[in-house]
Amino acid sequence: MRHRWISVLICAAVSAAATTACGTGGASQTADGKTELTIATFNEFGYEELFKEYEAAHPDVKITQRKTGQGQPHHQNLFTKLGAGSGLADIEGVEEGYLSQVMSKASQFNDLKEIGPKVEDGRWLDWKTQAMTTKDGKLIGYGTDIGPLAMCYRKDLFQQAGLPSDPEGVKALFATWDSYFAAGDQFVAKVPGVAWFDSAAQVYNAMHNQLETGYYDKSDKLVVDTNADIKSNWTAVTGAVAKGQSARLGAFSNEWNTGFKLGKFATKTCPSWMLGVVETQAGPENKDKWAVTDAFPNGGGNWGGSYLSVPKQSKNAKKAAELAAWLTAPEQQIKAFKAKGTFPSQVKALEAPELLEQTNAYFGNVKAGALFATQAKKIKAAQYKGPADGQIQETVFSPALQSVEQGKNADEAWTTAVEGAKKAAK
Amino acid sequence: MTATLSKVDRGRVQETRPRPPRRYRLSNLDTKVSPYLFVAPFFVLFGAIGLFPLLYTAYVSLFDWEVGADEPLFIGLENYRTLFEDDQFWNALFNTFSIFLLSSAPQIVVAVVIAALLNANLRARTGWRMGVLLPYVASLVALTIIFGNLFGPQYGLVNDVLGLVGIDPIDWQASTFGSHVAIASMVNWRWTGYNALIILAAMQAIPRDVYEAALVDGASALRRFFSITLPMLKPTLIFVVVTSTIGGLQIFTEPKLFEPSGGSGGGTEHQYQTVVLYLYQSAFQGLDLGYASAIAWVLFMVVIAVAALNFFLTRRAVR
Repeated sequence: MRHRWISVLICAAVSAAATTACGTGGASQTADGKTELTIATFNEFGYEELFKEYEAAHPDVKITQRKTGQGQPHHQNLFTKLGAGSGLADIEGVEEGYLSQVMSKASQFNDLKEIGPKVEDGRWLDWKTQAMTTKDGKLIGYGTDIGPLAMCYRKDLFQQAGLPSDPEGVKALFATWDSYFAAGDQFVAKVPGVAWFDSAAQVYNAMHNQLETGYYDKSDKLVVDTNADIKSNWTAVTGAVAKGQSARLGAFSNEWNTGFKLGKFATKTCPSWMLGVVETQAGPENKDKWAVTDAFPNGGGNWGGSYLSVPKQSKNAKKAAELAAWLTAPEQQIKAFKAKGTFPSQVKALEAPELLEQTNAYFGNVKAGALFATQAKKIKAAQYKGPADGQIQETVFSPALQSVEQGKNADEAWTTAVEGAKKAAK
Repeated sequence: MTATLSKVDRGRVQETRPRPPRRYRLSNLDTKVSPYLFVAPFFVLFGAIGLFPLLYTAYVSLFDWEVGADEPLFIGLENYRTLFEDDQFWNALFNTFSIFLLSSAPQIVVAVVIAALLNANLRARTGWRMGVLLPYVASLVALTIIFGNLFGPQYGLVNDVLGLVGIDPIDWQASTFGSHVAIASMVNWRWTGYNALIILAAMQAIPRDVYEAALVDGASALRRFFSITLPMLKPTLIFVVVTSTIGGLQIFTEPKLFEPSGGSGGGTEHQYQTVVLYLYQSAFQGLDLGYASAIAWVLFMVVIAVAALNFFLTRRAVR
């Protein structure tokens, strides 16, 4: 903030070339006198229809969405512009993995208890709200969705391998990680050219998020090399890679997309939001081949889930908080869930009949709502995330696991990963 | 010196000139000040977006400066000390030079050959000349994404073609040399035609009579090329080398977009992370602006050193 004038100076120099580059927050009024609210999201929040609904109910508001494909560039942008002191949207999506980095900069976000409208007590699951509340009791983000984990699998490929393929029958395969990897051995022996899972990092991250303690303990101390659970997860996953269970496709890459289209792997760790991704990538030609079941190795788990926050640099903080509170109300979150499978974090929404009856046509009309509600109940608490948690997952452990898939020795890669985590946490 | 000189009495009586009328004073001011006003836009712009960031980066590099942190901590040259002990930095420097050599060296040879072909009597000459410039017109990002797909380790076209001629697929992401070749090919695709046109322009400036004299002496086409064309192209070739050095050492977009999952690590083990990519990663993923600024300054020094080397080679070569 101290150095705000520098960005102003640079903006002034640059604006001759690109007038839209700076201070988008400043252009808060449109030509016809409406208040323009910008909202920055990543992946799929499922808000497109809701914006129209809100604009219809509030004729004085115009909503502009800035959508980023992946979480990482979105949050990079978030932190850069927090530092610059300008350029952020009125409402910024924050993903759970970046939560602690955001919490350490909590002073730059509005306390929604203070500026936001009155929100009923107990709207969200307790742990969801707790994670976004500062030590002095400020709430800096409204919970949107959570990511209860289930398992997606290819029915046709399971049949080909002689494995059970109905949603009840596969549950035994997905009881524990041991049974999961054992079934993987069986599968790759029977179906040549097709792997058991898409990439090591995808499986590892799911396992990791089930742990009670992750990369950090609750006093923000990095425990990556002393937490034995992390090492044993690493050993299990890299062991499966050595046996050819991985399709070696980095998640969200072009080759990963191709892998979905060509059916190069038989299972996918599926948080609720992944259903939309699978449908988009596998495409209509693979409809009814994918199925999802309410089982997940070692119980349940949570991957992802987001919040809506209002940075202090927003010029329309009050109206932005109103919109954010409206979007995160149970009624709206159910619509978002129907649109893109973003699973609501609101207690009422979890019991709503619309949710329990919701089906997914792409996944053979499975009752997706009830299924993920069951999975959500298996989650005991969200794992505590330390300051560099998201960075360690995305830029240290995932690449290290990929290097094992590219043929690097697993022990050497482990050493690299531990060193990398220490460097990231510095 | 000048101060004392001006006091010397040159024996001339100073004429007391009449005070010029007001309107002349204004035009006097005009002749004195206007030139500065005319050149001012450059200096103001250069100051704001060239010099200031340069100096400010040097200042930032002396701090432990995290994005969004309230109070940066002064640590002197600590960032530079860490940098020189950082394996990842030396790896990035190696990658940068490796990709630079793999792109610039073949590129200039091919550009000279293309220029020589374009200099010949071709049908639809302008069409060909414009044609080699097409890759340069195409968007760099689109180009890089397409090349990234072509060099896909599992479903890429390049590996399919290699398979047809019986070569085992190469993991363009995992192998250090393979990834450098893939990235260098993007650079070559984009810049060869551009450089060919510059060299072609220089070729056409070579006087015809030199060639005619050689022809009369019975020199073959090859002999004429090596004994006349190449030596007379030297200044232009050096210009091309210098510009591609400066561009090559700052390569960023190609390795950034070559990473399939969109990270900035330059491969799972930084196989193709260049210096600028490491700078970017430190600043916008590590959020460590101080360290990133130190990388920027060291890179600046490296570019200056290489440019200076080029300069001295140039002077020797031209004489």
